[in-house]
Amino acid sequence: MVASAPLWSALLVPVVLLGFTVAALAVDAMLAARVAGRRMSVAVALGPLAEVPRLLVGQRRTTRAPDALLWRLGLLTVPVAGVLAAVVIPFGHVTASRMDVGVVWFNAMEVLTWAGLWMAGWGPNSALSMVGGYRFVAQGLAYELPLMFALIATATGAQSLSVADIVAAQTQLWFAAWMPVAFVVYLASVYAFSFLGPFDYPAGRDLAGGVLGELSGIDRLVVRAGQWLLLTAGAAMSVPLFLGGGNGPLLPAWLWSTVKTLAVLGVLVWGRRRLPTIRADRYVEAAWVVLIPLTIAQVFVPALVVLRR
Amino acid sequence: MSTVLFWVLAPLAAASGFLVFRFNSMARATISLLVSFLATGGLLILLGLGYLGVVVILMMVMEMVIMAVFMIAYMMNPAGLMPMAMYHNRRWSLVIGLATFVLLAGGIVVVPWPHRAATPPKDPTFQLGTALMGAQMLTMITLGFALFATMVAAVVLATHRGRYDRFGDDLKRRPAADPVRGGVER
Repeated sequence: MVASAPLWSALLVPVVLLGFTVAALAVDAMLAARVAGRRMSVAVALGPLAEVPRLLVGQRRTTRAPDALLWRLGLLTVPVAGVLAAVVIPFGHVTASRMDVGVVWFNAMEVLTWAGLWMAGWGPNSALSMVGGYRFVAQGLAYELPLMFALIATATGAQSLSVADIVAAQTQLWFAAWMPVAFVVYLASVYAFSFLGPFDYPAGRDLAGGVLGELSGIDRLVVRAGQWLLLTAGAAMSVPLFLGGGNGPLLPAWLWSTVKTLAVLGVLVWGRRRLPTIRADRYVEAAWVVLIPLTIAQVFVPALVVLRR
Repeated sequence: MSTVLFWVLAPLAAASGFLVFRFNSMARATISLLVSFLATGGLLILLGLGYLGVVVILMMVMEMVIMAVFMIAYMMNPAGLMPMAMYHNRRWSLVIGLATFVLLAGGIVVVPWPHRAATPPKDPTFQLGTALMGAQMLTMITLGFALFATMVAAVVLATHRGRYDRFGDDLKRRPAADPVRGGVER
């Protein structure tokens, strides 16, 4: 069903991903305006884009005795991880890479942000920044295992690690319908690996910005963009994993993919302002004591269904 | 394409592995080792062992980041910013390291490899797993359980936040005595 596109189509992945990201940022700016009591207009929606030239010409902050190599490498890793993770996501019935281990690839690329943010926190030789980087590692230890079990649940349901096979296994019923726990845990983990919303603890206001604290100019642009690219990639991946991919009545597949991705993105962007920040040391306990047993129980459901088949 | 990728990844893996011992910062040494592992994972994918390659990338990123945290925490200078070295006995460690590399790499070139008689299998990862562990599967599974049980037992013995520490000898103390407030069960 999901066919492989030629190799050059991999170049389209960042373009499409960026398009969805801009849409998410526009909605986010509108919601911010509504909360602040300002009028919602096109100019407000384009506000985040107007930030781009300002950050591009802005001066980069330097600190005393930074580890510049690790710092820049870490900053670059964040958007690169977002784009690489998106390579395996099918758009409608085409995909840039029909990799047979697509789910594991997505997981591995998202985990690259662990190294990226740790380096970005370590690099500037600044205490608050470093605490932010360490906070992300702590948060990673909390969110990663429940996320892995959520991914395993979908792979077990399809008996395959290939994203195309997972889409094909949902022609009758979406995985979100009979794996709701995995779906919710997955969405929470999308916030966690893009350190947005309730999981913005590594860049928390109590830390004067944490990992983002020492960033200005293009450095800030790279990480902020990377963060939103990760959120978008996570939302886009939830469509083939849980919402049946491009399958749907009447409309063409690419349109269904777009509609579903925008819907999930909309929920995530809306929820970002509705949920309080969770400290990593509290989430780790909830994750290991509650979520891991719950997600393991969730994996049992598709395992039993597949065995009965 | 794969030849080009090989000649990018293989020297990168070897060079960044060597650089681990040239850097004088624990953070850089760890990330250098991580780059070496990432390149090795890429080489495994080139060999057609997609699952193994991607899992190496996945696990090594997590392992190296956690290792960096602990290595820096256990260093003599906790900030990890003072110059340090990853080796003892500079001359002999260099000689032994390079000799081992030349021996192993030379072995690959010198050994007369057999020609492939059949087509490659559909799933080389499965074939490799069977070839490595097939006959010893019972031993491996027993060993896996034993190792896991040992880890759990070691953590249970070492932790100071077991049931009796948290809830008292009669398990009746509420809320639990924890270093950080908030969380499950309190």
